[in-house]
Amino acid sequence: MSKDELKIKLAELIPSATFDESGEWLNINITPPDFMSSIEILRNKVELNFDYLFCQTCIDWKTHLMMVYHLESTAYRHQLVIKIQLDRNKPEIETVSHIWRTAEFHEREVYEMFGVNFLNHPDLRLLILPDGWEGRNPLRKDFEDPVNMIKL
Amino acid sequence: MTDKFQSDSPHAFPGEVHPTPGGGVLVSKLDDVINWARSNSLWPLVFGTSCCAIEMMSTASAKYDWSRFGFEVARATPRQADVIIIAGTIVNKMGPVLKRLYDQMADPKYVIAMGACATSGGPFFYNTYSVVKGADHIIPVDVYVAGCPPRPEALINALMLLQQKIKKGLTREQIREESKIVPIDIGNQKAS
Repeated sequence: MSKDELKIKLAELIPSATFDESGEWLNINITPPDFMSSIEILRNKVELNFDYLFCQTCIDWKTHLMMVYHLESTAYRHQLVIKIQLDRNKPEIETVSHIWRTAEFHEREVYEMFGVNFLNHPDLRLLILPDGWEGRNPLRKDFEDPVNMIKL
Repeated sequence: MTDKFQSDSPHAFPGEVHPTPGGGVLVSKLDDVINWARSNSLWPLVFGTSCCAIEMMSTASAKYDWSRFGFEVARATPRQADVIIIAGTIVNKMGPVLKRLYDQMADPKYVIAMGACATSGGPFFYNTYSVVKGADHIIPVDVYVAGCPPRPEALINALMLLQQKIKKGLTREQIREESKIVPIDIGNQKAS
């Protein structure tokens, strides 16, 4: 499915979504309440068939956090980027690890780096950071570490 | 005398030849001979933590081939290695591993800090929470190589510098004593 066809199809299936076509991929902004239903549609609709989550990350925009999901269909070779805004003070979102297994690790990384709480994640704990780092999130823009960090 | 044993080259065999009819007698110090032998068979440890390791692999491979200078074969166990080349960034989590590897190496053992990261933290000196600012915070370093990453020629130069250092036969403490900066006497100024 081409970018335009994908956009028309998705606008039909997810009426609340907004689109951004400035980048290489089609971007779709989804509101948190619609997240789980949208994900189900993207994965299970036969003509969409997004069976591959090839990147999952988060961005700190200082005013809010943004979860970013890169999806691809290995059958149709079309790609899609999902963006969801989260509250910076209480970032919470449903896990997608039961749909794409790879998300289990990606979400642990986002959890330790940004402090996003993934609801219903099977094993939400630190991935690489040493024990005891919970609550200090190095990729947040306001992260400070007076012991290890030399500020420029 | 043009005898090869009495060459001034730092790579020559140590000692003096006293000519006798039908040959000669070589007089040398056992310490010098041991150091000469030791410096020409330094086996590096397989250890690399980032892009410097790619240059190190290149130095070991056919084009640069460090075996020519006695770094015959890289060993995958610290028990059989003589020199550890810290090729790459050392993060706080890697620190204890590096220390353990160094401790497991048999004496005499030597350390080369390859590249900016191993020397000082390099590009990760400022605004980072995870990088050790210089591997010499963890283990003592014999030779530092500049570069990010250094070219294979630079690494070979560092390895040969290490050989010269070993041939001199001084311990770390002696070298430190020798290279102590002497305060310059500038005459009429009062000592502070």
